[in-house]
Amino acid sequence: MAVRPVLTFPDESLKRTAEPVEAFDDALRRAVADLEETMRAGPAAVGIAAPQVGWGRRVVIIDASARPQWPNHGRLVLVNPEIVAWEGSVVGREGCLSVPDYTGNVVRAERLTLEAFDERGGPLRYEMEGFEARVAQHEIDHLNGLLFIDRVVSRRKDLFRRKVYR
Amino acid sequence: MSGWFMLTVVGEDRPGIVARLTAALYDGGCNLGEASMLRLGGNFAILLMVQWEGGAARLAALVEPVTRSLGLAQHVDRIEGRLHQHVEPDVGITVSGSDRAGIVAHAVGAFAEAGLNILNLESGVGGSAERPLYIMHIEGQALEGIAPLRSALEILRREGIDASLTPIDTLIG
Ligand SMILES: [Zn+2]
Repeated sequence: MAVRPVLTFPDESLKRTAEPVEAFDDALRRAVADLEETMRAGPAAVGIAAPQVGWGRRVVIIDASARPQWPNHGRLVLVNPEIVAWEGSVVGREGCLSVPDYTGNVVRAERLTLEAFDERGGPLRYEMEGFEARVAQHEIDHLNGLLFIDRVVSRRKDLFRRKVYR
Repeated sequence: MSGWFMLTVVGEDRPGIVARLTAALYDGGCNLGEASMLRLGGNFAILLMVQWEGGAARLAALVEPVTRSLGLAQHVDRIEGRLHQHVEPDVGITVSGSDRAGIVAHAVGAFAEAGLNILNLESGVGGSAERPLYIMHIEGQALEGIAPLRSALEILRREGIDASLTPIDTLIG
């Protein structure tokens, strides 16, 4: 296993659409292990996408377990993930390993249903909401060559209220 | 050795202010840092970090032909600040109510007592001339946690000021 260098904006590879994984083999699992080690080495990252280390395949790892206040599925390796349904919209603050020292507010779906494959090609299906759903959307954007800075609605304020605590 | 300066420009809004000002700075060899520029009550206000080889007086002289021709006031301060010094907010607060005197001082005073360090504050007056509505949005650091801020909001609400709070939980991925 090895920590790979994280590509940073404006690296062109971050703007490319990643290719689907076709072979669910040992090479895939080794690359996933490197990707995860790279994510764990970063500053409290809750997800990472293959293109961030220059691997142009549709693979993301998300782990929202550090936010127990939100429902989450823990550590997930998602191969060829696809969001098949989404609902609601909510503003939240995002940053990115590939865009150091910058954060901004981004609108994301509040709830979603996602289909993917695991590292051995087994089908997966998850319902996600809140923080975990946001992480999934952020990472899947990377597979489509999009960074959160392409979606920032406001650097410094919510354009509309998120959850209101009374 | 080039240093950082804070350039402040304020005056009646008209098209072309930003373009002409930044062109003059670029042509003069300045490097631009972070900026906040906005229209407030028919005026345009610019706060701009400028990196520049010379001193404050020469920077002021560089900008002056532009601001004079546009009828704007300008001010230059040397600053110690630099880039990559961001502090992440962990709470957002929205306050709204009828536009009455003292609403800002009252609300932010309560928040300060509850441990809020304000990083950004924006406010606007909406509604109509007869029934103005005041809306303020703050982002900051809850230095003593969220709980004392929630109590402060509760008190404001009892006084007829609508206030809500949202924890900001920044995702890094
Ligand atoms: Zn990212």
